[in-house]
Amino acid sequence: MTDSRTRKRAVSHIQRKLIPSYIFLTIMAFLSVFPLFWMFTAATNTTVEVARGKIWFGSHLVENYKALIATDNLWQAMGNSFFYAFVQTIGSLLICSLAGYGFELYHDKGKDRLFAILLLAMMVPQVATLIPLFTMISKLKLLNTVWAFIIPGLSTTFLIMMFRQNSRNFPIDTMEAARIDGLSEIGIFFRMYFPMMKSTYAAAAVITFMGAWNSYMWPRTVMKGNAVKTMPMLVANMSNGYGVDYGMLMLGVLFASLPTIIIFFVLQKQFAEGITGAVK
Amino acid sequence: MNKKKGFGLLAKQRASGWAFLTPAALLLFLTSFYPMVQAFITSLKTGSSARLKWSEPLFNNYTRMLKDTVFKTSMGNTFLYLIIQVPIMLILAILLAQLLNNKDLKFRGLFRTLIFLPCATSLVSYALIFKTLFAREGLINAMLLSLGIIKENVNWLGTPGTAKAVIIIAMLWRWTGYNMVFYLAGLQNIEYSVYEAANIDGANGWKTFWNVTVPLLRPVIVMTAIMSINGTLQLFDESVNLTAGGPSNTTITMSHYIYNNSLGSGVANFGYASAMSFVVFILVAVLALINMKVGDTRD
Repeated sequence: MTDSRTRKRAVSHIQRKLIPSYIFLTIMAFLSVFPLFWMFTAATNTTVEVARGKIWFGSHLVENYKALIATDNLWQAMGNSFFYAFVQTIGSLLICSLAGYGFELYHDKGKDRLFAILLLAMMVPQVATLIPLFTMISKLKLLNTVWAFIIPGLSTTFLIMMFRQNSRNFPIDTMEAARIDGLSEIGIFFRMYFPMMKSTYAAAAVITFMGAWNSYMWPRTVMKGNAVKTMPMLVANMSNGYGVDYGMLMLGVLFASLPTIIIFFVLQKQFAEGITGAVK
Repeated sequence: MNKKKGFGLLAKQRASGWAFLTPAALLLFLTSFYPMVQAFITSLKTGSSARLKWSEPLFNNYTRMLKDTVFKTSMGNTFLYLIIQVPIMLILAILLAQLLNNKDLKFRGLFRTLIFLPCATSLVSYALIFKTLFAREGLINAMLLSLGIIKENVNWLGTPGTAKAVIIIAMLWRWTGYNMVFYLAGLQNIEYSVYEAANIDGANGWKTFWNVTVPLLRPVIVMTAIMSINGTLQLFDESVNLTAGGPSNTTITMSHYIYNNSLGSGVANFGYASAMSFVVFILVAVLALINMKVGDTRD
């Protein structure tokens, strides 16, 4: 009895000491969530209500949606974004995981040296590669194709590093066993490495998909015209010019954000592993 | 005989290793290194994109920057965002991670998720959300008016000083949780007993924070600092979508100005844009090196 009472008192003492932490964290959590919550409510209000600072949900969602699909080809842009991000994810994961596998599990001096050189690519700013890449893509007549969208992101130091780091957990002994069983080197990759590294693939897939879905500077450069427009481009164009319909704009932003927000809530662990993945 | 066979197998393995990494390595050369060399060559040229010829003098594009007031403004802005936003964000992120790493704290998962949530929104989306929030006719003005803090609507994005502040606030919102996740991962590697020892020694919360947490997190701090500096030096989406670089180029970033000079609407000045982008490259490289050196010194 006394024992549990003193423990209780100790617990409440600890919790009392934590009150400032709770207050601070609650404020930070509120500030983090509020703009997104407001995006949801604004999407259901008229532009006047948004401008007047209405915070709660309204009844204008259907009208905003109708206005949105009347001015922009929303579902085509959604489809484009999904398609490009999907192809990007498959392509990048295949190429970078093969490289990470090769660099780590077949490593020798030469490969380690090459890897050190490849790391320098992280310092190359995107805006510097823009003009040469644009010239390259247009010479290859690939403008406005999915290739134009995916080529610069197919091989990234970040993903190669992530797979190389995580390959350290792959048991090398089983590779020998597999070789004795007659499995080819590429067979080992597909039959053993791939299933064993599922969690790394999941984390890499989440961040690659989200990155591709959200990318803006490069698609804006090589995907010209309405048929190949992506969601970030669509909403960015909506906000240009005078007399922006805020309700409709926020509904567009909502559509552009919803897939990544859903991925975030469902696969938060993989997402966190993904962004910190290359630096264990 | 046997030996030779074994060697052949090994060579075969080594070759397949090379085969696996070749596609990625080639692509990286093609999409990063080759463009960087191209950018440098182009930076020595002048003329419209179709008829580029060597500049005279050769480094003309570089000397031109020194006289370009918009370029200097863009550089000043980029560094302003860097110097104010990055330290606040990193300190806030470490603090949050430290608070969330307390085993006695309830709702840790919930707090973590909510503070991490802004990372799920794209740069364009959050820029537009903040643009609407801080619009002349927008929620922030409406709230401040009803609280009596301001007398009339403030033109947040139309005034250089407040427009820069909004960009910084927006970036803090978007990236603090992102960095917090790195620190949380780093803190998990620190033994809890280290903190208990600090407690026994009578160190209070702040002392523990500065004397235990920060030194132990140093590698992670260096890495997040490099990433944030790199990201801020390349700031583009926010400048384009929040303020469009305005009013009259007072909030424009370097990447945004380079884009305007090459692939934006208007003149396609590939030579000059390439020269400016090469300057960004050097800044990123130099700052990353400084950062690694600073992070390497041991007390």
